[in-house]
Amino acid sequence: MITRRKLLMLLPAAALAWEYVLAGTPESAPGYNRNQHWWGMLLDIDKCIGCGSCVRACANENDVPEGYFRTWVERYHVSDWRQEVPQVDSPNGGKNGFPPSEAQGGKNFFVPKMCNHCVDSPCTQVCPVGATFHTPDSVVLVDDTYCLGCRYCIQACPYGCRFLHPIRRTAQKCTLCYHRITRGLTTACCENCPTGARQLADLKNPNDPIHEFLKTHSVQVLKPHLATGAKAFYHDLDGSVR
Amino acid sequence: MMVPVDGFMYPNEVELAWSVLIVVYPYVTGLVAGAFILASLERIFHVTAVKPTYRLALLTALAFLLVAPMPLQLHLGHPERALEMYLTPNRGSAMAMFGFVYVWYLMAVLLLEIWLDFRREIVLLSQSTTGWKRLFYRALTLGSSNISEGALRVDDKVGWVITLIGIPSAFLLHGYVGFIFGSVKANPWWSTPLMPVVFIFSAMVSGIALVMLVYMAMMKIRRQPIDMPCLDTIARYLFYTFTIDFSLEMLDLIHRMYEADESFQSLDFMVHTRLWTSQVLIQIILGTAVPLALLALTQVARLGTAWRRLLYGVAGTLTLIGIFAMRWNVVIGGQLFSKSFLGYTSYKMAFATREGLLPSVGLMILPFFILWGLVKLLPPWTSVSDRTLEGQHGGAS
Repeated sequence: MITRRKLLMLLPAAALAWEYVLAGTPESAPGYNRNQHWWGMLLDIDKCIGCGSCVRACANENDVPEGYFRTWVERYHVSDWRQEVPQVDSPNGGKNGFPPSEAQGGKNFFVPKMCNHCVDSPCTQVCPVGATFHTPDSVVLVDDTYCLGCRYCIQACPYGCRFLHPIRRTAQKCTLCYHRITRGLTTACCENCPTGARQLADLKNPNDPIHEFLKTHSVQVLKPHLATGAKAFYHDLDGSVR
Repeated sequence: MMVPVDGFMYPNEVELAWSVLIVVYPYVTGLVAGAFILASLERIFHVTAVKPTYRLALLTALAFLLVAPMPLQLHLGHPERALEMYLTPNRGSAMAMFGFVYVWYLMAVLLLEIWLDFRREIVLLSQSTTGWKRLFYRALTLGSSNISEGALRVDDKVGWVITLIGIPSAFLLHGYVGFIFGSVKANPWWSTPLMPVVFIFSAMVSGIALVMLVYMAMMKIRRQPIDMPCLDTIARYLFYTFTIDFSLEMLDLIHRMYEADESFQSLDFMVHTRLWTSQVLIQIILGTAVPLALLALTQVARLGTAWRRLLYGVAGTLTLIGIFAMRWNVVIGGQLFSKSFLGYTSYKMAFATREGLLPSVGLMILPFFILWGLVKLLPPWTSVSDRTLEGQHGGAS
């Protein structure tokens, strides 16, 4: 029998347990089963023209503050004789495109960057309160109402994908447009890419063209030596890309 | 605010995530751990020469420990959520354990040891004072006013055990701080298993130097003669630990230079440019080589008391500056280069903002005010030899 004394002892414990359950739970969408998806992104270097549409679309869709980026585009210039030391620029994250390159010789290409939604993500590992977490469908999210703003995750991300929101004072990053993909839409960046250089991929969906693409093309992830289990797959990624 | 950038930084890297407050945090924590280790020399390792500083070292450790979480708290984007670290910690996070290690060290080690060591004085003061002081000391007795020889013998035994537990706890406290940095695989400047070890030894160095200087200053203020055998012993231990610390740091440096992995060119460039003053000039030359040379001189040359005092004072001060520079170079230096290894950013310290210079200086001064208050409330000057059980665990140094 639960006495008043027992109830008084149980309530705080229950409150803590409930808070623990709530921390790290993404918003659910009607009719969406999180266990039936495993999200990633395909980025095709050959197709990217550096127009910055993805950066602008992301900023508009997610209200990204000026000067910070959930996605950005880098322009690489690799000379013939110094492969390992490329020249890279990304004026305003490539949001407004790029001015003509002044670099002579060698090769030029664009590299779109974003959160890699790593399976073994260093950012979720270090978060002291679990405010950044993996969803069951393998998207790395930040609970804005729970984040302390300690910035350890920003330090831990090898790809520079996180920032502290200047107003909200919490860590922010690409959510893979979770509010869209759980409603059957694609991400804002994919939708606005004029060349199809970005394609949302659902690895648990057997009909997703990603499976055929991965089987028949050369694909690489960024910084594979860090073993983060990155799920931003790059087609024809040059070895000079960092 | 435009930040000067050389080369290419990932766009979100331009602004540093961790400010000078995160430099102050490991610095203060290190002073705590080091001061405690010095105190344990007398209690556990029977170095009786340092007895005059035993209680002072404990109070110094407490004063700094009370301030240790403040820079973290100030730095948080949402300080009001800080307690979540205790309520719903992510057990896989190195940082999440800070709260627990801190509370363990504060409550189970330092406060308990200080209480046991000062209990006799607290009880006597609760009987001899009047007014609010009487109430205060009576509260501090925690209801135990038994200071019979038997009770004090128990205090001493328990205190000894707590000190014994305290040594690994002090190592844990600061080694853990080193692990927070050393375990970040994304950052080659930080990512080394040597980091916790270097942090522990540098903590010992800074803590010993601090207590030495505080002891010298206190004696001057109290117009009391300095116990030179005590000072000589502290300086000798400072020299030993500093030598180990310097060797470890050089080992790290040589290893990086010889291995010269993909990050080396970037880090090497940084040390020769943005970190030249803070790393090479202040940390290595002024803050390490010079004090080590001065301490070595006191070991090999026969110098008079005044000269030794002067050299200890200068070496201690330079040591504290050098260790602060070391923390600076780890925390700030580790954020000045891009994780792409293709560029460098700059750190512009704000002044009167929450994470600026002013609160940092305030947080560095605050422990001295706390220490002053603690010394007033619990005068550490009663010779430890007054302890009823002198010699129980003591011995020759």
